[in-house]
Amino acid sequence: MIQTPESEKTMSSTTPSSLASVASAKAERSAPTSAQGTGLEARGIHAWFGKNHVLSNINLDFAAGSVTALIGPSGCGKSTFIRTLNRMHEFIPGAAMAGEVLLDGKDVYAPGVDVTKIRLQVGMVFQKPNPFPSMTIGENVLSGLKLAQLKVHNKDELLESCLVRAGLWNEVKDRLDAHGGSLSGGQQQRLCIARALAVSPEVLLMDEPCSALDPGSTLRIEETIRELSDSMTIIIVTHNMQQAARVSDYTAFFLSDGGPGEMIEVATTSEIFSKPKDQRTENYVTGRFG
Amino acid sequence: MTAVATPQKPWAKRPSDRLREIALLLGAIIFSFVFVGATEMKGKLAYAFVFFAAYGVLTSTYAFISRGAPAAKDAFVSTLVSLGAVLTVVPMASILITVIQKGVPGLHLGLFTNDMSMATSTDPIATGGILHAITGTLTLVTLALVMSIPLGILTALYLTEIKGRFAGPIRFLVQAMSGVPSIVAGLFILSAVLYTITKEYSALMGSLALTILMIPTIARTSEEVLLLIPNDLREAGTALGGTQWRTVAMIVVPAARSGLMTAIILGIARIAGETAPLVLLTGGGDKVNPNPFSGAVGSLPYYIWRSFNAGSPEAMTRAWAGLLVLMVVVFILFIAARSLSNRKISK
Repeated sequence: MIQTPESEKTMSSTTPSSLASVASAKAERSAPTSAQGTGLEARGIHAWFGKNHVLSNINLDFAAGSVTALIGPSGCGKSTFIRTLNRMHEFIPGAAMAGEVLLDGKDVYAPGVDVTKIRLQVGMVFQKPNPFPSMTIGENVLSGLKLAQLKVHNKDELLESCLVRAGLWNEVKDRLDAHGGSLSGGQQQRLCIARALAVSPEVLLMDEPCSALDPGSTLRIEETIRELSDSMTIIIVTHNMQQAARVSDYTAFFLSDGGPGEMIEVATTSEIFSKPKDQRTENYVTGRFG
Repeated sequence: MTAVATPQKPWAKRPSDRLREIALLLGAIIFSFVFVGATEMKGKLAYAFVFFAAYGVLTSTYAFISRGAPAAKDAFVSTLVSLGAVLTVVPMASILITVIQKGVPGLHLGLFTNDMSMATSTDPIATGGILHAITGTLTLVTLALVMSIPLGILTALYLTEIKGRFAGPIRFLVQAMSGVPSIVAGLFILSAVLYTITKEYSALMGSLALTILMIPTIARTSEEVLLLIPNDLREAGTALGGTQWRTVAMIVVPAARSGLMTAIILGIARIAGETAPLVLLTGGGDKVNPNPFSGAVGSLPYYIWRSFNAGSPEAMTRAWAGLLVLMVVVFILFIAARSLSNRKISK
């Protein structure tokens, strides 16, 4: 599926042309044609922390089965934005928001919506690996089922398939009873991905999932993302342009000029990296600021 | 050919350094003897004081000559810190040694199988025992734990997880309660429960007062422990579709497990030796009382208090033996709680 030319597999510098070619090379892969997973639409999202307006009027559609990368400098509201999508935003004291998030056409903020069901449908992987310390590797993967009180017929099968899909099975299959904390950082993060997969979400939010990882683990997780995109909609926040170019179908650029964060531009990833419409996007993706 | 590297510790003290240290130590000791002998001072305290002063001066002078002013300050502060450590350890060690010395003669096998119902405190040591006091103390502590563990930990969960509107006032009250004198807790139960409702001594009355003393300790320590659990874990649990209660029960509390056990241990430590409320509320019987809800019940602190009051040499020995047993019982409770908290984690 992925037809990356030989020369770009070894690409390492962040020159604009190389990023654009990575993005365009990847665009040859099957675009999200078959509508797998569930689409998500953000309509006029604003967010506040106390009186501090941090996000202004974000409108973004995430097509079913697509991978969307959110890029932009620190503090421009990318993380806050994806946390509004699965209602984790309200977890922070003083948080407020406006707008609608339509999951399969229904507003997740509508009165009477069961917020735990939303979070089952819209899974999340955090920036810092956070396996549950009191549980073994196996228990960690299946913890979502216990937390949400879901029943499955074959736990072992689910355990294996989640770990396989997260690219961790071969490394941990002989020590599923070991503690999650005994894994390396990259493995812990893949464990957290497996944990998120176990409750079979339709949308997966990833908040800088590779920011604390070495290049090898990052590559494994990017492979995982590509495989997962066949069955779910993925939204990933990243500070790594190459990563955005490598894994995403669409890229949205966020920016804050001191005020609340705004979305400057969204387009297919190859467009953002080759011919962005906005000068600020170009400056950012070519590394001239931010 | 490469040289074979042998492990070395270039930072370790060389024999000559050690000799110099011993010389300084000896110098300080000799000086303290000479100084105390030459002046009017008397007693162990004088020796200790002069020794520490001399040692501090000697080491800092030596450090000043060999390595300059910063090293001298370092040596002086080192002496000061060791002095503090010794001052802390000496009374504790002294208590331990005294209790063992005076308690061991009172030990005999019958101590753990007999109670005092057939003996008076002036009888020879070998008659009677403290079975009633040991069972009483265990009953009191168990009942108090049964009541205060749920209340204390739920209070802590309210303060850290729910953070409700009353969190501020409750935190204040819990802190204020931890300073309540034990006699006040005893008098409160005496007037509010014993005189008005049950109208008789029982283990339950004593443990109610102990619960009042124990809840603040457990709640405050648990709160601190729960605050240490990273918020990431709560978010991860919630993001997996767990309700708040399931996230807390499955993730937060297990993660805080050993800390919560420490909170309980501190709670036990707070009440195990408590005497004043028991004097008011338990009646301190001389017989094993199997019913915790009715009738006078003995306890180790009560037994010790009574035996010291009796004043005869036999009674004194009994009191010391009781103290020794109380210390061992508390120690065993500590170890039990520790091993319970470590069992799952070490798996």
